[in-house]
Amino acid sequence: MFVLRHARLDDLLDALKRRGFTLVGPVVRDGAIVYDVIASSSDLPIGYTHQQDAGSYHLIEAHDGAFFGYTVGPHSWKQYLNPPRTRLWKAKGSANGFEIVQENANVPRYAFIGVRACELNAIAILDRVFLQGSAVDFEYRRRREHAFILAVDCTRPGGTCFCASMNAGPQARSGFDLALTEVFDNGEHYFTVVCGSERGDEVLGELCLEEASEPERQAAKHSIEEAGRHMGRKMETAGLAELLASRVEHPHWEVVAKRCLTCGNCTLVCPTCFCSNVEDVTDLAGAFAERWRTWDSCFTLDYSYIHGGNVRKTAVSRYRQWLTHKLSSWHSQFEMSGCVGCGRCITWCPVGIDLTEEVRVLRDGATAVTIGTEKGVPDAKH
Amino acid sequence: MRDKSKPKLAVWKFSSCDGCQLSLLDCEDELLDLASKIEIANFPEASRAVVKGPYELSLVEGSISTPHDAQRIQEVRRQSKFLVTIGACATAGGIQALRNFADVAEFARYVYAAPQYIETLSNSTPIAYHVFVDFELRGCPINKAQLVEVIGAFLNNRRPNVPHYSVCMECKRRGTICVMVAQGIPCLGPVTHAGCGALCPAYRRGCYGCFGPMETPNTVALSSRWKELGAANADLVRAYRTFNAFSEVFRKESVAHER
Repeated sequence: MFVLRHARLDDLLDALKRRGFTLVGPVVRDGAIVYDVIASSSDLPIGYTHQQDAGSYHLIEAHDGAFFGYTVGPHSWKQYLNPPRTRLWKAKGSANGFEIVQENANVPRYAFIGVRACELNAIAILDRVFLQGSAVDFEYRRRREHAFILAVDCTRPGGTCFCASMNAGPQARSGFDLALTEVFDNGEHYFTVVCGSERGDEVLGELCLEEASEPERQAAKHSIEEAGRHMGRKMETAGLAELLASRVEHPHWEVVAKRCLTCGNCTLVCPTCFCSNVEDVTDLAGAFAERWRTWDSCFTLDYSYIHGGNVRKTAVSRYRQWLTHKLSSWHSQFEMSGCVGCGRCITWCPVGIDLTEEVRVLRDGATAVTIGTEKGVPDAKH
Repeated sequence: MRDKSKPKLAVWKFSSCDGCQLSLLDCEDELLDLASKIEIANFPEASRAVVKGPYELSLVEGSISTPHDAQRIQEVRRQSKFLVTIGACATAGGIQALRNFADVAEFARYVYAAPQYIETLSNSTPIAYHVFVDFELRGCPINKAQLVEVIGAFLNNRRPNVPHYSVCMECKRRGTICVMVAQGIPCLGPVTHAGCGALCPAYRRGCYGCFGPMETPNTVALSSRWKELGAANADLVRAYRTFNAFSEVFRKESVAHER
């Protein structure tokens, strides 16, 4: 473990830029922390944090000088690895039918800055879905294989976080090239650095960092442990997959469905939801065609339309499909949970449906949530 | 000389502002391609030259708001192989359907010096209330890219890619921050049909519902959330009662908050 003084963060970012990486990291935009291309550490949300609850998000200026004093916003890395819209191919009409137009569009080599532990787990899930098994997804692979991952441990968990329950954080354990822990201790501001790959090792070699001292290691460890103790939400996962499989007819699905807007927000903010639609478009003349892949959602009717009709007509069936896929059938499909406890689906649900609460009710068998309680919204002026 | 191999297109206007049919003329880049593939046979907004029906494709703008409209739409249907309605007037009765919640004779008395000459129906209704419609293209106004898509799909004998899900899907795909969650701004996006590309939220405004209800709108739950965000009953009535006021779901929801 090494130590990087906070003033030298740009040395690390510059080393990545010299290797030809396009840096993507958290920035403040329109009142939230989102991911975008950054030039240097000054683009990061320095001194910002956010307060999150079911259906509400508030950006707050903490004025503490922290580079990574927040968790995750509405964006996730899937928008770079599996973009919202991808052209799969294009073709033009010819005398004998059509011919494919070769495309040589280069995919940028991204360095993801500030990837959280939950998101490392989400990327591992997408890797399992897109790269393992008989069908490897070419589009995902060519974005994924070059990506450099600079992880940052969470030391200030959010109100809807429950990564500790899902065994997915707050500490980055694997799947990164380099991982930082931001520490404020006795007036000192520094990062401890752990290396996770040969590429990470090379970058680190260039920076000539000192070994972290024992007190520095302890301070970093303490920050992460504290974070683990302050999760905003929790979920009991013992036996959950089997339990949910036995709750298909539970009356609580009807209760959730009354609140559910079937708008699809939860699935599009989820860092592991990967469902897509494929659309063919033609020009008016019929001489040119393209095939596009776009993010889709199990909450749309078209998604579950098969020959002869829709197999999930009701909000009950669609919400149940989403929740039980995440937490139950994902295990039999991919040998893992589909949820990493990032809390995005809770925060960004416009009506604040809370996955952890729904699971609690389904587990206990009691129906506690009622519609239209008008419980009030936290004050926006902090 | 007419090229008889080309399908004939007609554009019809009923009670409307003309904005939707003008979208066709706004298709500047595609207009020449369009004219090479289709004969624009009856489009008074663009040309006085009218070719007789029947027509392979009719685009119908506007709602039925007079006895004359109600008769004329039957004739349009008879002359059209495919009939596509375009815009909120044709698909939901339009903003003029606000009369459906009031007494139209009363309105006429206030507006016109000699209301006895006004021949109008008490309700403004969508085209589909009167004749069979092959496809409805939503919006106030319609999105011209979607119009080109519908015509392109018709010409190439395929299904148009016009999704019926929520505006939220478009917001999230373009990376817009949810104005309701992050700013506490009431937004109709979750119950509104996609198609505009989530324009208003991208400029930090709540959705106004220009494209009418999405496929499975849960207006009851959304209204409940609006109230938590501080909206009064009158705000809800106004929000649901704009361009798509007479669409079944928005109509019911606005009436529910009127009392």
